[in-house]
Amino acid sequence: MINLTIDKKPLVVKKGTTILEAASSIGIDIPTLCHMNLHDMNIENNPGGCRVCVVEVKGRRNLAPACCTEVAEGMEISSHSIRAINARRTVVELILSDHPADCLVCAKSGNCDLQDLAHHLGIREIHYQGEQSHYREDTSPAIIREMDKCILCRRCETMCNQVQTVGVLSTINRGFHCVVSPAFEMNLDHSSCTYCGQCVAVCPTGALTEVDETGAVIRALSDPTKTVIVQTAPAVRAALGEEFGMEAGTLVTGKMAAALRRLGFDYVFDTDFAADLTIMEEGTELLGRLNKYLAGDQEVKLPILTSCCPAWVKFFEHQFPDLKDIPSTARSPQQMFGAIAKTYFADKMKVKREDLVVVSIMPCVAKKYESSRDEFAVNGNPDVDHALTTRELAQLINLANIDFKALPNEEFDQPMGESTGASVIFGTTGGVIEAAVRTAYEVQTGKTLERLDFEELRGMEGLRKATIDFDGLPINIGIAHGLGNARKLLEEIKAGKSEFHAIEIMSCPGGCIGGGGQPYHHGDVEVLKKRQKAIYAEDKSKTIRKSHENPYIKKLYDEFLGEPLSEKAHHLLHTEYFDRS
Amino acid sequence: MPKIKLSEKTISQIKEICAQFDNQEGELINVLHQVQSKLGYLPAEVQEVIAKELNMSVAKVYGVVTFYSFFTMLPQGEHPISICMGTACYVRGAEQVLSEFKRQLNIEVGETSPDGKFSLSSLRCVGACGLAPVVTVGEKVYGRVSPQQVGKIIAEYQEGCPSEAQSA
Repeated sequence: MINLTIDKKPLVVKKGTTILEAASSIGIDIPTLCHMNLHDMNIENNPGGCRVCVVEVKGRRNLAPACCTEVAEGMEISSHSIRAINARRTVVELILSDHPADCLVCAKSGNCDLQDLAHHLGIREIHYQGEQSHYREDTSPAIIREMDKCILCRRCETMCNQVQTVGVLSTINRGFHCVVSPAFEMNLDHSSCTYCGQCVAVCPTGALTEVDETGAVIRALSDPTKTVIVQTAPAVRAALGEEFGMEAGTLVTGKMAAALRRLGFDYVFDTDFAADLTIMEEGTELLGRLNKYLAGDQEVKLPILTSCCPAWVKFFEHQFPDLKDIPSTARSPQQMFGAIAKTYFADKMKVKREDLVVVSIMPCVAKKYESSRDEFAVNGNPDVDHALTTRELAQLINLANIDFKALPNEEFDQPMGESTGASVIFGTTGGVIEAAVRTAYEVQTGKTLERLDFEELRGMEGLRKATIDFDGLPINIGIAHGLGNARKLLEEIKAGKSEFHAIEIMSCPGGCIGGGGQPYHHGDVEVLKKRQKAIYAEDKSKTIRKSHENPYIKKLYDEFLGEPLSEKAHHLLHTEYFDRS
Repeated sequence: MPKIKLSEKTISQIKEICAQFDNQEGELINVLHQVQSKLGYLPAEVQEVIAKELNMSVAKVYGVVTFYSFFTMLPQGEHPISICMGTACYVRGAEQVLSEFKRQLNIEVGETSPDGKFSLSSLRCVGACGLAPVVTVGEKVYGRVSPQQVGKIIAEYQEGCPSEAQSA
């Protein structure tokens, strides 16, 4: 144990603790900028590069960066000596001297760590005027890179390389010409970027943001010739409230539906409905493969992998194209919804495909890319016209002068608004496979499940496994969130060492609750945990908690699709994958 | 940048060099050094092979290649000329020496002469500050170079037989 004092307060901490952690343990909040530590998830960005966290250590010649200096016996630290404060302000002024001063119109305004810091330090003037670095803007279907706003904190690099193992972003060039870029300065859409958006989720400034589609949605809503419908992904309801100052983990399902109705959407539907549909298709596919395998078919591909996550799909298309026959062919709930909306629902409402606009609200930036994939369009008309992030929805609500907190709770419209508890948990790591188990168990065994809460599938660990007893038949299940963890399971499969029958994969840490399109968590993992709790609470509150018991799903099969994996279902609800290596 | 196709022989050369360093990610700089000395430069396609062999992202490889001025992605002349623009060389007149090379060869920094004989680059400190200003031509180091000596240095290589260079 190490004895030291910070701002004259004595404390004892474990060896290896950083000054930043030690200070935080006694309530001293040293400002940081590049540093990010997502505890419990093993995600840390600690380059010590920005020098905002410098403190004065008695007897030490220079100031010490608190984020990457370990405490030592007898240290006397001053976190706010005049020398430390001056250095900190100088550092921030220097960063600002090479930063576009367009805060008023920046996409990140109000959510920018640099802006907050300048405010916190009371910067009123930038004493350093000099050349500013300029770099071309790079726009992709989902993410915009505006490198003029990059402060080289390297958080995006940590997410892209260490956490996601996608390896698209790296710092290139030297000194003033330094910039974070894909190899050979290619544009993101030429790279193997998965559009998971974790770089966007952690970027402290406006250097990385999502493509803004709010304008297009407003135009559609004000076009009298269009019928505009909306679907909302499960994880959105557990996070949207944060954008309006509500506590993380507050469920706002009813208020969200009310807000969407006030925004002018003709029908307010739920992606959860399509999640139930996904379970019907994916679950049937799983049982089909499993039963073939049990019958001795050596050709059958196991484990089956979930395919709801577009970033994950793009990841294996680039990095493991030889395994592209293994994931389920089921489309994601977003795309299933779009396909059903523009056929079944459009027919029902007697609306022409071109006059029906499908908008989705997603916790995700990759969904923008997914909706733009060629295979999800008919004669150039996409199944999903616009995919907005949770943050973009909040922006629309603000624009429309809606007092979100004061809204009443309203219900979704029918037929595509009815959902079960199983579909709600799609929003968190472990949820898709738990939903699949609830249905697959009953279909396979013909028995009713006695318990619906599969605690063994839940949690926040990056890699989890569990064996579920299907009435005497043990089914091995693997779960990974974060693409780096997914990679480990894929390597096992490649080596023929996988013990699993089914694997759930979500690209973002925590699953969709931690998606790249969610309200910024600013490095606080507790936010994700609270969202996860909210998701399970919503599941518990539902009367129907198994996808195959959703009455509107049954009706959809009776009236339109026939049965799971029917020819029509194949055509509308399944897809194929491409080698992009 | 135009795409080039690497020959099987070049690819196996690169793989061999990577293998000499046990395909260790940490040996990237050594690998790049060796490969550049064999091929003369490090085009994108070469970096892709190296990244694959060392099991690292090509973005990271590119990051290192663009960080060090020694590495180049453009084919070099037969005799690559580098002028040190580090602090010591700079204050002792490296800039005038560089201008003289540019004038006499009629090329800019980063370019290669039309006959493919000379290319020009500037670098930051070769660690011979006592000899400032320093010019290197290939492996050979010239110290205390003045603009007046530039013509003589170029002439050494124009005959095609740099006798002094070999003895140095």
